Amino acid sequence: MADGSIGLWTVPLAVLGGAIRVSTPFLFVSLGECITERSGRINLGLEGTLVMGAMSAYGISYLTGSPWLGVLAAGITGALLGALHAGICSLPRVNDVAVGIALMLFGTGLAFYLGKPLIEPTAPRLSAIDFGWWSDIPQLRAALRVNVLFLIGVALAPILYWAFRTTRWGLLIRTAGESSDAARAMGHSVLLIRLRATMVGGFLAGIGGSFLSLFYPGSWNEGLSSGQGITAVALVIFARWDPLLCLWASLAFGGAAALGPALQSVGVTSGYHLFNAAPYILTLAIMIITCSPKRTLTGAPAELSITR
Amino acid sequence: MTTEAADSTEAAGTIAPAADPGFLQRHGGTIEYVLIPSAALAGALVVFGIFVAMFGKNPLDLYFYMYYGAFGTWFSWQNTLTRAAPLILTALCTALPAQLGMVIIGGEGALLIGALSATSAALVLQGMPPLVVQIAMVIAGVVGGGLWIMLAGALRQYRGVNETISSLLLVYIGLAILNHLVEGVMRDPASLNKPSTREIGAANMIGSIPGTDVHWGLVFGLIAAIAAYILIYHTVFGFAARVAGGNIRAAKIVGLGVSKLILTVCFLAGGAAGLAGMVEVAAVQGRTNANLAAGYGFTGILVAFLARQNPLAIIPVAILLGGISASGGLLQRRLGLPDASVLVLQGIIFVFVLASDALYGRIGFLKGKS
Repeated sequence: MADGSIGLWTVPLAVLGGAIRVSTPFLFVSLGECITERSGRINLGLEGTLVMGAMSAYGISYLTGSPWLGVLAAGITGALLGALHAGICSLPRVNDVAVGIALMLFGTGLAFYLGKPLIEPTAPRLSAIDFGWWSDIPQLRAALRVNVLFLIGVALAPILYWAFRTTRWGLLIRTAGESSDAARAMGHSVLLIRLRATMVGGFLAGIGGSFLSLFYPGSWNEGLSSGQGITAVALVIFARWDPLLCLWASLAFGGAAALGPALQSVGVTSGYHLFNAAPYILTLAIMIITCSPKRTLTGAPAELSITR
Repeated sequence: MTTEAADSTEAAGTIAPAADPGFLQRHGGTIEYVLIPSAALAGALVVFGIFVAMFGKNPLDLYFYMYYGAFGTWFSWQNTLTRAAPLILTALCTALPAQLGMVIIGGEGALLIGALSATSAALVLQGMPPLVVQIAMVIAGVVGGGLWIMLAGALRQYRGVNETISSLLLVYIGLAILNHLVEGVMRDPASLNKPSTREIGAANMIGSIPGTDVHWGLVFGLIAAIAAYILIYHTVFGFAARVAGGNIRAAKIVGLGVSKLILTVCFLAGGAAGLAGMVEVAAVQGRTNANLAAGYGFTGILVAFLARQNPLAIIPVAILLGGISASGGLLQRRLGLPDASVLVLQGIIFVFVLASDALYGRIGFLKGKS
């Protein structure tokens, strides 16, 4: 083996590294979408939010020199797009799925438009924490270079799980998602709850986008996201609207997405594009297995249009 | 219905005394379907003008070049119509399932698979008379695209998988299959920089409508749209589909075969998008490569929504949006706008059109009340 003594171990190591690195955008988008969907609305526009987040994070990081300001800007951009989605959806007779498709096109187009001057320059990136210092295998060290955003995402999953179960806000969101009549009867505005849930969801998805441009792959270009946003939306269905399952599913998807490049690095190049499509094929396969025409999915918020 | 009739007699005197008194009452719905999308379009153009003005460009220049690049000259008209042809077909991919209440957004995937199937048919039948090859390409394109979207329909019907998400996932899977084959077994060794299949051959290209540079794909699109209109509004099949779309339980109670309806409609929808792929190969590209993923499938979704899923309305809307994308090059050269400006405008239009859904039935004078 030319590339070191570990030979084919490169593949599982790269998949492990991918599970950590590639999963972060999946994790943030799916947790954000989880909050939105629990409130009874689906936002398919998070693909656009992800790309807008990536672009604005890169732009702000380039202009201010601080990648963390970039992350914040990405979150705010995402929250604004979420507010736009929720605002249009609160009009009577407007279909939330269609608005999501519109914002997917709008967010991508706007990001490409505003991001044109950002393709050339190099912006400061987020730094990584080296958890592999104890090892002298370079591939393992590369796999264990972990970004803080990943750790925040991992911590966020159990916090959200807890918050949905016990906090006042968690209960309100779930009430709006299970029965808008009940929420209204309790004197709460369902539209306002959903507005906030969609904005928080957009905020998280925007941060997921900032990870793409500021850490891995770590630059801004128009091919940065190819469907990660929509895969993450499907992933929430697979994870049964449970934040903890979102975490495990994101890790699995990150690993699957790293399979193509990993195999390529050991010389398996023939099925490159098919392996790159692995997350989509996996999503579809999982949806085929877990869905059923006879009943609605367990854990599905009753108000959600997409499962009815 | 009775209250509406009562309204009309009351309102007739105040609103349109000179003209036919029941005119607004009878045609109010049609007027709404024209007026509200037009207003949404105008609003989107104004917002886009403001957006462009923020970057120091003159919005009036923008509107002029958009008009000029889309409809200003015979050359731009031909460019517009050439782009409208695949848009009509991909819009049908969203509009036909919409009659059943399904939201299919995977037209791009069906286009790619249709293109791939049509190219394969042409390459297998090399040496046959061109007409035979062309007919085979049409069949292959329609069947390839049709089966692709029928898969999404079948998953919805038999497994309860949401068709919006599955059809979009199938876009990425279709693109991966195309890239895999184009860079693998189907690759023309001579295509170095841009991996492509071998050419289908100049004799097998479908050519232009005489006297124009607009290819025959436009006629394919027009025929498909008119056929879809007749199918939906003037056949028992279309009536059954609309019943099932309105109330699936009622459709089952009266004994409609909902599964068969869903599968057939999805096949026809995907077949239309697959035909768009065949047209792009046989009239524009001459071969299959990644250039085919030009976004016609996604713009087609917008066309279908702007046309309110009506196959006949798709024709003018597709020409309009074909015009917008045709003017993109001119905007880039004369105003220095990025090529993504067309995408931004499409996004703004889409947002406005959906928000305008809230207006139906709420415009005072169309309801005959003052």
